[in-house]
Amino acid sequence: MSKRIDAVDLNVYYGNFLAVEGVNINIEPRSVTAFIGPSGCGKTTFLRTINRMHEVLPGARAEGRLLLDGENIYDPGVDPVTVRTMVGMVFQRPNPFPTMSIRDNILAGYKLNGTRMSKSTADGIVEKSLRGANLWEEVKDRLDKPGSGLSGGQQQRLCIARSIAVEPDVILMDEPCSALDPISTLAIEDLINELKDNYTVVIVTHNMQQAARVADKTAFFNIAGTGKPGKLIEYDETSVIFNNPSNKQTEDYVSGRFG
Amino acid sequence: MTDTATEPSRETSLKGSRGGAAGDKVFSGLALAAGIIILLVLAFVAVFLVIEALPALWPTVFSEQDSIESADTFWQYVWPLMAGTLIASIIAIIIATPVAIGIALYISHYAPRSIATPVGYVIDLLAAIPSVVFGAWGMSVLAGAMVPIYGWLHDYLGWIPLFGGSASTTGRTLLTSAVVLAVMILPIITSLCREIFLQTPKLHEEAALALGSTRWEMIKMTVFPFARAGIISSIMLGLGRALGETMAVTLVLSGGPFSWSLISSGANQTIPSEIALNFPEAFGMRQSELIAAGLMLFIITLVVNMLARWIVSRHKEFSGAN
Amino acid sequence: MTTTKDTVQQRAPQTGRKKNSLTAGQMPRWTWIAVLAGALVVAAGITALLGGGGFSWVGWLIIAAVLYVLGMYATTSVLENRRRATDGFWRNLVWAAFILALIPLVSVIWAVIANGLPTLIETPQLLWRDMKGVTGADDIATQAEGATLAGGFLHGLVGTLMITLLATIISVPIGLLTSIYLVEYGRGGWFSRAIVFFVDVMTGIPSIVAGLFAFAVVQVVITTFIGDGPRQLQMVKMGLTAAIALSVLMIPVVVRSTEEMLRVVPNELREASYALGVRKWRTIFKVVLPTAMSGIASGVTLAIARVTGETAPILVTAGFIATTNWNPFDGWMTALPVYIYRQLINPTAPAAGDPSMERAWAAALVLIVIVMLLNLIARIIAKAFAPKKTGR
Repeated sequence: MSKRIDAVDLNVYYGNFLAVEGVNINIEPRSVTAFIGPSGCGKTTFLRTINRMHEVLPGARAEGRLLLDGENIYDPGVDPVTVRTMVGMVFQRPNPFPTMSIRDNILAGYKLNGTRMSKSTADGIVEKSLRGANLWEEVKDRLDKPGSGLSGGQQQRLCIARSIAVEPDVILMDEPCSALDPISTLAIEDLINELKDNYTVVIVTHNMQQAARVADKTAFFNIAGTGKPGKLIEYDETSVIFNNPSNKQTEDYVSGRFG
Repeated sequence: MTDTATEPSRETSLKGSRGGAAGDKVFSGLALAAGIIILLVLAFVAVFLVIEALPALWPTVFSEQDSIESADTFWQYVWPLMAGTLIASIIAIIIATPVAIGIALYISHYAPRSIATPVGYVIDLLAAIPSVVFGAWGMSVLAGAMVPIYGWLHDYLGWIPLFGGSASTTGRTLLTSAVVLAVMILPIITSLCREIFLQTPKLHEEAALALGSTRWEMIKMTVFPFARAGIISSIMLGLGRALGETMAVTLVLSGGPFSWSLISSGANQTIPSEIALNFPEAFGMRQSELIAAGLMLFIITLVVNMLARWIVSRHKEFSGAN
Repeated sequence: MTTTKDTVQQRAPQTGRKKNSLTAGQMPRWTWIAVLAGALVVAAGITALLGGGGFSWVGWLIIAAVLYVLGMYATTSVLENRRRATDGFWRNLVWAAFILALIPLVSVIWAVIANGLPTLIETPQLLWRDMKGVTGADDIATQAEGATLAGGFLHGLVGTLMITLLATIISVPIGLLTSIYLVEYGRGGWFSRAIVFFVDVMTGIPSIVAGLFAFAVVQVVITTFIGDGPRQLQMVKMGLTAAIALSVLMIPVVVRSTEEMLRVVPNELREASYALGVRKWRTIFKVVLPTAMSGIASGVTLAIARVTGETAPILVTAGFIATTNWNPFDGWMTALPVYIYRQLINPTAPAAGDPSMERAWAAALVLIVIVMLLNLIARIIAKAFAPKKTGR
């Protein structure tokens, strides 16, 4: 189920602008990896290259190699759609489809692709995914209500359930708790801890405590100045990054002395 | 893809099935084709009108006749029509613009919210009334009401050529048509101006009010400078609509040759009205003449509309209109 | 507001009920009533003098309005100051503009109802009869002997229905696909900018020119492929030609409104769909379009409402006949607005025009009701079926 991710000399461009430069990173399967760093340092940009979502923006492209279990997703002939079925993504703001019920939101990955399935298979997927996202008990009686009627935290767990419903190998999360209150954040963090039993989880966060709480390993990205490319500064066990970083920039950032 | 989701074979390659990839190509191709069709249609409008108009434009070359039917040359035929069209539309603009700006200001800066919204609806309602209904109204209600005004204008201002000639006793004159046109373009100018007025930066307005200015001073200081380009382009768009409006003139005006007098019946005619009145029975050269007249109208409105768009796009950065 | 007043009074009890210094120098509240009364009286005098024998009510009101606006300006500048006077002057003018615009609206609607409703109630047969076999003799009989109104406008309703339907079938797919191209594929490139520009230009095409265009196209096509005999030339005028003309008017409206609606669909939804491994065209069909559907439907309905009232392009492309024609691909067709126009300008019995006028007004009432209903439906669609916003 779970796959390892290796980036080799990965550069990301927006048009002619080099946004992220020379990322080399090895992410283990069945682990949680957090990307931290100041705004605009390219952590989200790099995250989006892992499932080729950056290509949705006009002019964005990546150079170098990004290996999923040793297979380069940037090989010519690879369909980004195939990559995205293997690498799911959860976004900053919860974004359930407003025209669909909770049940249809979970099945969106199948329904939108026109896959036919029996009702029992579908029910199985819905229950399994919602249980996987710790949401089943809360919504099992209103599966036919619109997903937009849920609270923010529930909506975000619905989005996580939606992405695990298509059984990906990797789940990317782009600041999944930044729009949520502390209690909902806690629920999501608990969920992330459970998810790593089955998936490779990569999470971008602005909240260093969150990174310390959920991540096995942490990567620190930084940017030298406006207009300069973002770089991966340090990547290590979370405890090392927060307690004993080897790089001065990392130390300044995690200790709050960043300027 | 879902059926294979749980099978181990899936692990093999990223270059598996590209199912549905063709759909992307087909669909984006269709969307592009639709865009191309629109450009083609516009090109065709120009090309086909020219093809059908050529016999009237150069009768010696493109037809068996030496000249057109209604006059010696096409220009002799068309200039009174063009003059009538322009005069009626410009009068309509002169009448409609101040009122439209007034209503737009009323909605955007004077009326309380509970009144502004219904007033907006009322203006939209005015825009929705079909032109033939306006024509019928102009012909049977407005024309009669204008007769005493024409008499008065003739008696007191008759020394101005515009109000010279004999005053109409039916009211079916170019001026009445212009008033109907003014009513018809009023909602267009109003709604465009309202949009622009509402986009005035709130900060500027509050800054002006904080300096102790009255509401009118605030509007003069912030709203008008901000909206100038937008107002001009709304007027141009209204002008474009007035130039092409047919029924209001056809039903109201009892037309004739060109005359400076706006208050006489049996004088003046506009291009759209000339076409509507004569096209159903026209054939051969007469048909070409009318299509050529339509081509002239097309060119005039095209120039007016492009000018309007150009003004908007030039001032887009700070007017926010569009 | 009352609480503020209370606290002020509590804090400064010594001022008691004395005048607030902030309101000093203001004229009494009733000034405007006095000025209005004065204006009305003086206007009555002027009107009586100018009008000679008769007294014109309209003239009286206009003169009174002018006097009121000027009088308020003078009073305010004497009692207060020039700045406030100017402010009030423009406020009055803005109000005047609004009232001025109401006059034609009320007048038009009143004319249509007052002239159309009695006829329609008296002879509802107008709705399901056409003008087949109706001659001037019938109308003379109606006018002279009070016989029931002959004829009707079923053929106009049928023509409007068929032509509008066909125009919708042509323009909605083209308009929809174009706006999808603009929003989802064009990405602001030169080609999509060109389309936007020319769609704007198309919005400004005079409706009669659109009619001439459709006529010219069909005529060229028919003379090239079928022949140019008089019978073939006769074929040019049909419902389809009118539908092409209306499409030229309708497409830009559909493109603009749909484009706006598609742009409102949050990008997050598209990304959510892509992230699930859904292809772009499926995303557009299953996520973007359903989300924007109510807005699109309302825009299309408004576009239909707009072309339903068009007269000139149909007049030159589909002609007019007295009988009901259901086939838009063969033969002339009468649309309801064209019917009104013909009845007004070319009465069935030139010597007895009243019956034709009555039919025209009744048809105008029906046309206005249809157009207003379409507008109402558009508003209801936009309101009722709008999906709830994402978020909390």
